[in-house]
Amino acid sequence: MFSRSPNVRTDEVLFRAVTGAFAILLIGIVAAIGLALISESRLSIAQFGWSFWQTDVWDPVAGEFGARPFIWGTLYSSVLALLISTPIALGIAIFISELAPASLKRPLVFLTELLAAIPSIVYGLWGIFVLVPAVRQLQIATPDWLRGVPLFSGPPLGVGMLSAALILAIMVIPFSSSVAREVLKAVPQSQREGAYALGATRWEAIRMALFYARTGIVGAIMLGFGRALGETMAVTMVIGNNPQISASLYAPQYTMAAVLANEFAEATNDLYLHALVEIGMVLFIMTLIINVISRMFIWSMGRQTRPRRALAHAPARSAA
Amino acid sequence: MTRNHWRRAVSHVIIVLCGLSVVIALIPLALVLFYVVAQGITSLNLSFFTEMPKPVGEVGGGMANAIVGSIIVTLLGAMFAIPIGIMSGVYAAEYTGTRMASAVRFAADTLNGVPSIVIGVFIYSIAVLPVRRFSALAGGLALGVMMIPLIMRTTEELLLLVPATLREGALALGATRARAVFTVVVPAALPGILTGILLALARIAGETAPLLFTALNNRFFSTDVRQPISTLTVQVFIYATAPYRDWHRQAWAGALVLVTMVLICSLLARVATARMEKLHRG
Repeated sequence: MFSRSPNVRTDEVLFRAVTGAFAILLIGIVAAIGLALISESRLSIAQFGWSFWQTDVWDPVAGEFGARPFIWGTLYSSVLALLISTPIALGIAIFISELAPASLKRPLVFLTELLAAIPSIVYGLWGIFVLVPAVRQLQIATPDWLRGVPLFSGPPLGVGMLSAALILAIMVIPFSSSVAREVLKAVPQSQREGAYALGATRWEAIRMALFYARTGIVGAIMLGFGRALGETMAVTMVIGNNPQISASLYAPQYTMAAVLANEFAEATNDLYLHALVEIGMVLFIMTLIINVISRMFIWSMGRQTRPRRALAHAPARSAA
Repeated sequence: MTRNHWRRAVSHVIIVLCGLSVVIALIPLALVLFYVVAQGITSLNLSFFTEMPKPVGEVGGGMANAIVGSIIVTLLGAMFAIPIGIMSGVYAAEYTGTRMASAVRFAADTLNGVPSIVIGVFIYSIAVLPVRRFSALAGGLALGVMMIPLIMRTTEELLLLVPATLREGALALGATRARAVFTVVVPAALPGILTGILLALARIAGETAPLLFTALNNRFFSTDVRQPISTLTVQVFIYATAPYRDWHRQAWAGALVLVTMVLICSLLARVATARMEKLHRG
């Protein structure tokens, strides 16, 4: 059936070289991202050093570049989003993998994947015209005694940290829950059977499975955190884009990704551009570290944790 | 006895809470879909697809240039990403267990986690800054970089699913490794790989952030890959954040087009996956 090639050895070497070249290209792209970001932020690094991350004033016109408000906004919004999304994501993962009847599993998986598939820009549009007005109503309805608390102080603008955290939570849920579901799937059935045999209730058996899968679950939550850090469009559209450090959920703030989205194309001089790229570089490093740690957690659950259905992997990218 | 009642009650409460969290997550999904359809359908008409944007203040017009632009940029990305994704996926599957294969897998997962806006910054610095011009090509590169890890992982995992007997049969017939891979193993996995590419395309066509300062935008109809180009997503962003009512209307129409595209692709992929699973089982 196959004509024998003149030299099997050459063929093998060639095959390995050609496919290997593409593989190296892929690794090269990741390395190039890091190098390009460092190279294009050198002016800002040289001029400001560490003070770039310790200054609160961001005034490009006056040549003042302090990036602390952006770091604050990114971390604060992501942590808040995680506080909201984690219990819900875990609940979904438990429901789908442990409780739902088989006929309900597939539709539910499809729906949560759909939640991940809706483009970020659509969430942003919905955020501007539906979520933000709703949040504004909530803020107006805040009783006076609560307004005294720093967490709820400020005028009822609608746009701000609360809107951003809510929309981020919605967008992160499908990621954390799908990884947590895969991790739970990898817990041996004998663990649950053992628990039942000892007279455990349903929840106690699930708790055993959760405990068995704890590193993978932590990995799933961290993966969601990495997503939240880099999420751009929806947050840009609802957070208010005001570089200030405030604990208030009602205050308009700013994130690293949002300042890039808004100001990058308009950066008028080299220093301004390099300052923005430096923000991008730090965002890259932050997500890199979070992702590596979370994957280590997920992998340490053992090779069997790797999704068995190959296509389960394809939707694992947020549309930002 | 009371303790057992208590334990059972706790169990029931938590089961209810888990079900409740599913409902809580589905509420925003339903709300987003409802508003996009309700607002979009009244704004969507034929001229949305055939007409150019009208100047500020004039009502009407469409996004013809942005729709064509999105297609061009997405296809450019696919042309760039498909060869790299498939070939590196073949490498990772063929040399699975080697250090290099793990490195590629790690690089792909890392790339998958890089925020899309950072990929935009990267492409800006290598494809916009040196030539001092925003271009459709740069936008395509940015989307391509985002597609590579998706295609690579899908290819790798589907190739590993192909039964070893197929490959062994080819090798026994005297095929070389390259022959066996490209004429037997890859074709066997091809339907799945194509499904993965379809999903990746749908995902990437909805991207905005990496296009903001690579493809930028263009008020005019353009098919020149060396010039800035308008895309549906960037256009929706500009219209949504502008203070004009008619632009908001068009932004909703654009969102409806995007969501419809994503839905159709997801459903197609789902049908294809289900059919393949049946095939494997049967």
